[in-house]
Amino acid sequence: MASSMMLASYALARREVVRFLRQRNRVFGALAQPVLFWVIFGAGLSPSFRTGSVGYNEYFFPGIIVLILLFTAIFSTISIIDDRNSGFLQGVLVAPIPRSAIILGKVGGTTVLAVGQALLVSIAAPMLGMSIAPAGILLSIPVLVLVSIALAGLGIWIAWRMDSTQGFHAIMTSGLMPMWLLSGAFFPPGGVPRWLAVVIACNPLTYGVALLRHALYLGNPAATASLPSPALCLAATLAFACATLVGASAAARARTAGALP
Amino acid sequence: MTAATVRVRDLRYSYGDRVALDGVSFEVAEGEIFGVLGPNGGGKTTMFRILSTLLPVAAGRVEIAGADVATDLAGVRRTIGVVFQSPSLDIKLTVRENLICHGHLYGLSGAELERRTGAGLAALGLCDRSASYVEELSGGLKRRVELAKGLLSEPRILILDEPSTGLDPGARRDLWDYLLELRRERGTTVLVTTHLMDEAERCDRLAILDRGRIVAIDAPDALRRKIGGDVLTIRSTNTGILQGEIEKRWGIRATCVDGCVRLEHPDARGLLREIYEAFPSDIDSIQLARPTLEDVFIRETGHQLWSE
Repeated sequence: MASSMMLASYALARREVVRFLRQRNRVFGALAQPVLFWVIFGAGLSPSFRTGSVGYNEYFFPGIIVLILLFTAIFSTISIIDDRNSGFLQGVLVAPIPRSAIILGKVGGTTVLAVGQALLVSIAAPMLGMSIAPAGILLSIPVLVLVSIALAGLGIWIAWRMDSTQGFHAIMTSGLMPMWLLSGAFFPPGGVPRWLAVVIACNPLTYGVALLRHALYLGNPAATASLPSPALCLAATLAFACATLVGASAAARARTAGALP
Repeated sequence: MTAATVRVRDLRYSYGDRVALDGVSFEVAEGEIFGVLGPNGGGKTTMFRILSTLLPVAAGRVEIAGADVATDLAGVRRTIGVVFQSPSLDIKLTVRENLICHGHLYGLSGAELERRTGAGLAALGLCDRSASYVEELSGGLKRRVELAKGLLSEPRILILDEPSTGLDPGARRDLWDYLLELRRERGTTVLVTTHLMDEAERCDRLAILDRGRIVAIDAPDALRRKIGGDVLTIRSTNTGILQGEIEKRWGIRATCVDGCVRLEHPDARGLLREIYEAFPSDIDSIQLARPTLEDVFIRETGHQLWSE
């Protein structure tokens, strides 16, 4: 039973990857936009940005890596709505596999794509003159995996009941993008107004971004001094991933007319 | 007849206030080709969705190969093969990739999956298209891939929703030849919904589903025999008056359907002459025909298959 479930998840994950590689515009969307953001905001904000040990370009870099994860998760989970509308999902829904296998397949495929793209950009960091060591990039891989799982689970949780991609776009711009903006990815949380500090502290992605910084700057205490502790970051990110996976599985278990193609 | 392999008892389903199935009961025997004939909106698709486990059983009982759909979802899903009316293929994958992915979902892999994929492609004449992307295929070829997909798990019970949608008459004939062959060689039970009369004709037994209820259930021939004699269809501009006059004068039941007066009579031929001579100016045309399943449908429901 367990092995047939893994086989089903593998087949669905593999399909995600194959589809992605056959749709070049998706590669562009998930990778080019964050890199463009990095170039533009980096150039624009660097002169007015004062922080401890690194310049804004470098501060923003891990944030951009997380944005790549977020965009990939969003694109992949939007494809659930497409799968439903194109009819592919109905064939999967009547297969003798638990719904959690479907979620696992989608999350697995998304994570492979997200981490692959994030690494492609990460390995450019040392060449761009940042103080990120190759060992840091290696250590960041499990963090990237964990954050990807959390974001993919979140995307599926939101997308499962939706019947239009427009609806998902609305949630993306009003919910997911602010979640990223207020995670310490875009600006450091130190010195912001109290209400904003509370929002940032309650944002689960804050701890994912911080965990990534801890990994990339291992052995460089100056770069991670103002962050929550690695243990807290790891616990919060694990909890985030578990919560979204449970939420997505619960959403997928419902059999109602609204969930039909 | 062998034991029933599909048992549906007093099945009900509503979408909010709209009742889609209003107490449907029937049984399908092992190896039978069973059709559900009805107009669009009559409840066919709802029933298909419940039998294929997309929708839950709201009230009533559905048993498939001994497994209760309400309690043993996994057991039912392992037994059935499903062919949807709407496409269920991934158009960005090739024909073969679609089948392999589907096989994995049913726990198949390795040499066994290769064998079944090859056999399925061969049986449906798809060998030379196995490496084509589905989006490049014609509608008829896509339907064949859908069928190959539904059969890959070698299901004991095959459930098809309007399988001829988008098929030309030749392809439709091929599809039915294949279904008959499956039944002959593997004893596959086939449950098919349709609104097409020629498709209904090829079923062993037929349930006529209208407004959420089964109004008749029998072999196509037996259903036709229920109509005593032949059918007269009289086109007229005064159907209301003509219907009343005919009923009064000959003491028979006539119905008004879609601008025509329609009646059945053991001596329809003799009656045709009498009616024509009695109302020469009221009749635009008059047609005498042997009863079709459509006539059975009109008789049982009081309206045409296509009317809403």
